Amino acid sequence: MLKKRIIPCLDIKDGRTVKGINFKGLKDAGDPIALAKSYVDQGADELVFLDISATEEKRKTLAQLVKKIAREINIPFTVGGGISSIEDVKTILLSGADKISINSAAVKSPLLIKEISSRFGAQCTTVAIDYKKVQGKDEVYISGGKIATGIKLADWIKKVTALGAGELLLTSMDHDGKKQGFDLSTLNEISSKIKIPIIASGGAGTSRDFSELFTHTNISAGLAASIFHYKEITIPELKNYLLTKNIAVRC
Amino acid sequence: MIGIIDTNAGNQLSVKNALNRLGCTCLISDDADALRKCDKIIFPGVGEAKHTMSHIREKALDQFILSYKKPFLGICLGMQIMSSYSEEGKTACLGIFKTEALHFPENEVVPHMGWNNLLNFEGDLFKGIQKKDDFYFVHSYYIPINEYSIANCDYILPFCAAMKKDNFYATQFHPEKSAEIGAKLLENFISL
Repeated sequence: MLKKRIIPCLDIKDGRTVKGINFKGLKDAGDPIALAKSYVDQGADELVFLDISATEEKRKTLAQLVKKIAREINIPFTVGGGISSIEDVKTILLSGADKISINSAAVKSPLLIKEISSRFGAQCTTVAIDYKKVQGKDEVYISGGKIATGIKLADWIKKVTALGAGELLLTSMDHDGKKQGFDLSTLNEISSKIKIPIIASGGAGTSRDFSELFTHTNISAGLAASIFHYKEITIPELKNYLLTKNIAVRC
Repeated sequence: MIGIIDTNAGNQLSVKNALNRLGCTCLISDDADALRKCDKIIFPGVGEAKHTMSHIREKALDQFILSYKKPFLGICLGMQIMSSYSEEGKTACLGIFKTEALHFPENEVVPHMGWNNLLNFEGDLFKGIQKKDDFYFVHSYYIPINEYSIANCDYILPFCAAMKKDNFYATQFHPEKSAEIGAKLLENFISL
């Protein structure tokens, strides 16, 4: 039986892991490789690395970091943040990442999705989407949630799947950081229609939030950052809890 | 020395990293003469069937692979290329295994992406592997269970997860990305 995936996310700035504190300051949280390895040892099913470096120059160090991660980590990992061209994608994949995720660049130039998918395969083409409720409708935001696009979430998902996305990473900005559970209603609606794997992000605060995600929707993976960083939940605790709820996970 | 066929598609580095972690030296190459000297060969697979087949033919690796007598392991797309035909790009493949790679039914969630356990596995490749162990899969095409199957898996339908014929082995899953369990399988292949 295919297992539900638990995915810790690591934010990377200038080659170091950072943790946001209530979305204001960023605190250095150390060596990304050491943290990644500890997640692998705990039983994480995949990892996501999100580069939030401010400048192009700093971003160039990302490929070096990806090479180091690939040498050390024996599970699949996705790299995203600032990827905006087929050349960026090639550099990251050839450095050893299994998947890339694109967000703002896909909105600005949707054909990039098709280009990546046909050249490197749908299996490595993850489209990340940040969305927020505006007058009762889910709308797509870009640039780290700063810019509204006016595009409806359902329309955008339809488009990216048609262009060859192999996986979606959906983040509810309304739920993100609140630790009161995932956006079950939107995630249920989307995962009942969309026929590619979906990673849900935004809102995980407890093990119960993951069990509700997997019980009430067809979502195949749950992602979280701070609850794992701050050890509010450990991955073995979470997986043991999910097993008691008859949710199949890798142990 | 383990040879890794350079398929011009991306994840040969993952296979190299996994072998290096086991203390093996390897050579990534698309040159038949260089690969012939290797003790074993791994044919990694990420990419698209038709493009990979044309790359293989262009480098005259098809004849080399068919004539290779030492242990040979195809992974994911590598396994599909070792069959006779793939629906992906509707391309004729190497024909080592007389079987075909088909697309999963359209109305289901595809790719089959994530960790899944094996059914009915047997043989040297799976020494020390247990029923509860999961391997990492990511694929949209599958090979039906056939006379060469040495492991099966179930997603949407039961399908072939690994095959063997003479010196040729193949896995649909990615041992190089399957944590300690995958490393154990690669070790088993290295010790063949």
